[in-house]
Amino acid sequence: MLLAIDTSAGTSVATLWSASSSAGDSEGGAAAGGGSAEASSTNPMAHAEVIGELIAEVLGASGLDASAVTGVVAGVGPGPFTGLRVGLAAASAFALGRQVALLPVVSHDAIALAALDEASGPLLVVTDARRKELYWSIYSGLNAHGLPERVAGPSLSKPDDLPPEWNGTPVTRWDAAEVSAGLLARIAQRMLDAGLEFEPFEPLYLRSPDVTMPGAVKRVNS
Amino acid sequence: MLMAVNEDGLNRREPLVLGIESSCDETGVGIVRGRKLLANVIASSMDEHARYGGVVPEVAARAHLEAMAPTIREAVTTAGIELDDIDAVAVANGPGLAGALMVGVGAAKALALALDKPIFAVNHLVGHVGADVLSPEGQLAYPQVALLVSGGHTSLLLVRDLTSDVELLGETVDDAAGEAFDKVARILGLPYPGGPQIDRAAADGDPKAIRFPRGLSQPKDMDAHRYDFSFSGLKTAVARWVEVRRDAGEPVPLADVAASFREAVVDVLVSKAIAACTDLGVPRLLLGGGVTANARLREVAAERCGAAGIELRVPEFSLCTDNGAMIAALGAELIMAGAAPSPLSFGADSTLPATEICVS
Ligand SMILES: [Zn+2]
Repeated sequence: MLLAIDTSAGTSVATLWSASSSAGDSEGGAAAGGGSAEASSTNPMAHAEVIGELIAEVLGASGLDASAVTGVVAGVGPGPFTGLRVGLAAASAFALGRQVALLPVVSHDAIALAALDEASGPLLVVTDARRKELYWSIYSGLNAHGLPERVAGPSLSKPDDLPPEWNGTPVTRWDAAEVSAGLLARIAQRMLDAGLEFEPFEPLYLRSPDVTMPGAVKRVNS
Repeated sequence: MLMAVNEDGLNRREPLVLGIESSCDETGVGIVRGRKLLANVIASSMDEHARYGGVVPEVAARAHLEAMAPTIREAVTTAGIELDDIDAVAVANGPGLAGALMVGVGAAKALALALDKPIFAVNHLVGHVGADVLSPEGQLAYPQVALLVSGGHTSLLLVRDLTSDVELLGETVDDAAGEAFDKVARILGLPYPGGPQIDRAAADGDPKAIRFPRGLSQPKDMDAHRYDFSFSGLKTAVARWVEVRRDAGEPVPLADVAASFREAVVDVLVSKAIAACTDLGVPRLLLGGGVTANARLREVAAERCGAAGIELRVPEFSLCTDNGAMIAALGAELIMAGAAPSPLSFGADSTLPATEICVS
């Protein structure tokens, strides 16, 4: 049973997902469903408030206790600073508490997994990075493991600077305002099944902290 | 061992509590059993802030996320326990830097859920007072006046009961005392953090060489700001004094400026704390916060408390700076006092008032 958490896209989501609940759709059927319980909040300002209740809700709804969790999937972004961090802090602490593996997955991959059901590659996944900038990744399609094949990104750009094509083929733009924790879990499961290595546990802020170097000490006498 | 287990299943006699602190630039995880300290592990991002001359909130928050799991792991190892053994998780949910606090809150909630244990969201400032229960001399006597001084806060509290009755007597209206040290260090060309630098520079200086102003200490301030502090005017006064010398091409007597500035800060801090003790008839003063590292503050406080018949308490330095043990200690006190756990819905509150000891 995997617990998946994502707070990268301004929403907070958690799901409890078991491989058995998705049995039968292993060849291609990539869209939502399969999760045994999913909970979400769309409040972009309340990640810290909701994260505990969301985890409790998916545990409660599935009638399982925390000890049933065998791995924690963490959406590592890209995402704006504060919200993204809350989900990652929660995911890593839960994994530590249960002594199970922490499985970091790029959040855009979950969006691509849903999108590639409807659109064919190359696919340009786009999410809001705030401050009039966008996060984007390009996917060429699903690979043999049923995983979205990311060929560029994740990156940060001004809206006018998004790449129009990949390898000479125009991209299909796919804007998303949320990430499905269920699909994040499905990606993690497929990676586990295929024996693939996970991303490093590193938040993809793609932006440096706002800092100002101290200048000269200001005069106080006129 | 026979455990006193309450109806709610919580061990309320000597609870094993893990405390998480992330309000500023220290990631602190502490573990206590009742009033016994088992671990106090701190990861600091201070070095990363040095070149910016002060704590950068986003840099601090990023460092908290990196340090959180390793710090928890190290605390558990140090305490010689298993994570599963703990009875409850405590976390500081304010006051402090919002983004930094949220890392601790997110981690604490998930850890509590993973272990299926209750969580207590507690006040960082009251935590500083709670640190004293871990001192070898044992329990706090009430009522108690507490002067909490750091780079993030300067507060004077009246503690009638650690777990149920804390009153804010006063606080800084502008800079925290620690911030004033940082800013004056910069004026004097000394590196960050300013406290230890000023302390060193002041060692051979004359504290009476220059009479710098004592903020909010005039008779006219006594009605509205008797127990409040202000250090912004003092900082400007130092800047002005130094500038005049430099403009005139005269050398700046670094040791005397540092000693006189430090004396002004310490004088105001101690005077107001002693006044509170005297006015309220409370013969006990507790110091807490990182600025208690300042030798002159401890010295003047000891002198004047002695003269006024006030018992002075200063927890060990590792319990004075921001740390997780004090959060765990306050959590344990709350549990032993019968407090109910916090609901999972609490958030981080950067301006949490000192009167709100625990989210209920
Ligand atoms: Zn503090």
